[in-house]
Amino acid sequence: MRNVLEYLEAAYLKAPEKTAYASETDSLTFRQVYMQARSVGTVLLKDGLYKKPVVVFMEKSPQTITAFLGVVYAGCYYVPVDEEMPSYRMELIFKTLSPQAVICDKATTDRLYKMGYQGQVYLYEQISATPQDTKALSAVREKSIDTDALYIVFTSGSTGIPKGVVACHRSVIDYIENLSAVLQVSEDTVFGNQAPLYVDACLKEIYPTLKFAATAYLIPKQLFMFPVKLVEFINAHQINTICWVVPALTMISGLGAFEKAVPSSLKTIAFGSEVFPARQLALWRKYVPNARYINLYGPTEATGMSCYYVVDREFKEDEVIPIGRPFPNTGILLLNEDGKEVTQGEKGEICIRGTAVTMGYYRQPEKTAGNFVQNPLNKDYPEIIYKTGDLGYYNDRGELMFASRKDYQIKHMGHRIELGEIEGSVNCMEKIAGGCCIYDEEKKKIVLFYAGEVQPAEVLAFLKERLPRYMVPGVLRQVDRLPLTLNGKVDRMKLKEMYAGE
Amino acid sequence: MEQLIEILKELHPDVDYENCTTLITDKILDSFDMITIIAEVHNRFDVVIPADELGPENFNSARALYALITRLEDE
Repeated sequence: MRNVLEYLEAAYLKAPEKTAYASETDSLTFRQVYMQARSVGTVLLKDGLYKKPVVVFMEKSPQTITAFLGVVYAGCYYVPVDEEMPSYRMELIFKTLSPQAVICDKATTDRLYKMGYQGQVYLYEQISATPQDTKALSAVREKSIDTDALYIVFTSGSTGIPKGVVACHRSVIDYIENLSAVLQVSEDTVFGNQAPLYVDACLKEIYPTLKFAATAYLIPKQLFMFPVKLVEFINAHQINTICWVVPALTMISGLGAFEKAVPSSLKTIAFGSEVFPARQLALWRKYVPNARYINLYGPTEATGMSCYYVVDREFKEDEVIPIGRPFPNTGILLLNEDGKEVTQGEKGEICIRGTAVTMGYYRQPEKTAGNFVQNPLNKDYPEIIYKTGDLGYYNDRGELMFASRKDYQIKHMGHRIELGEIEGSVNCMEKIAGGCCIYDEEKKKIVLFYAGEVQPAEVLAFLKERLPRYMVPGVLRQVDRLPLTLNGKVDRMKLKEMYAGE
Repeated sequence: MEQLIEILKELHPDVDYENCTTLITDKILDSFDMITIIAEVHNRFDVVIPADELGPENFNSARALYALITRLEDE
């Protein structure tokens, strides 16, 4: 196997009339996905697009996924962009990519033109209904190899410029094969997708659904505000498998939804992005006792998830749930500052080896060289590992544990955020002399300290135009001057003290 | 009502809460705001909003939310 489209083609032969992807209002069978993707691919090919990034800028829907696959049929790689992303951030991404083509839907075309985008624009509705050129599509496939790029996903960058992670077919195939085994996916699996389609987390539903001819429901985002309605949705569609960010799960357990409704159809409950509080996990296990609970861990740069732990025991409230062990065909190294492996119990940077390590950042060779490095334990031949910036250690049971970050990256509401990116935006504001963010772990709030003659409301309004919602600080504090360390850097420890002392 | 508007203003100072009736429909509030609102309502009104009252009908406007809080206070 060397191309993810082989998953789609097998599903199309196996269960053409079965629903592949469904939203609240729309659904597509495997036949429809197959046919529409091939039409999209044909149009792109005819226009001479090959091995190029094609942006998919659509509202979350089954058609969006089909557009991704259509891009792949043309031998190109897809770049999903969020319809709710502020224009400023989109412009940054477009600057890095300089894409020749964008696939839109009716709801998003206007915004694209307003941005002043000059390249080719395709309306999904139109290009998905055109005749297929079977010969041209086959010719592209014959030439395809498994190290060809499949997609670029953008993630927060500490200097203020988002980084585009490029993944190839082989990495995704490796990931999907191993993830599916851990999740025990089968043709009877009904996924309830929570992850937005512009992050790598949605690979967990998109591709196993094709591999097994399963079904995936794209759950409306709004339901994640209303826990009882969310549980009712799960039960109504007999959803049995979910891979969600932790806040989506704790919202159900934490707001008391279980007393009103229990998601009884769930058999596999996987979670990641941040640490699942043991007390909330205990609640889940009490109300949904027969499900398997799986903790997942991994960075976008290693395709998706790299490690897993199947919950097999009770945890005390102050205990941390392990991230367990690497997926088969993935290797984990814990390295100290000198590039040597740590001893048992000692903390080290989690570094990842294997096919699932992606190709690096798009048009950012320096950033790539900083994180994708030669394995320091191997002096004999080239071998790239990815340095996550996460610190971990092995517990007494030999399970991998996440400890903390080495830098100022945080996980907030399931999103990976570089505080530096927020600060970069703050510092763009004219009247601001300087800004620095800390994260309140307990209340889950991003706290911005800034110096400058501007009202907090004005700062907020400015940031909302430039940053995605989840990156906008929840607490703002105006100060006369930001405290500095002896080295002249902003003293975050001091800021944390000031904040704690309020 | 003023106290509630204060809570909401902290989340989005730019929103006209007196008149807006589409806080959910127009995606002004997100799930993160929701959790903050529920926690703050608990803190300042000593009212726990039960899970089955969490729905767009009670959160689309400040007025509707205030009506819910008043109802829960009386119960």
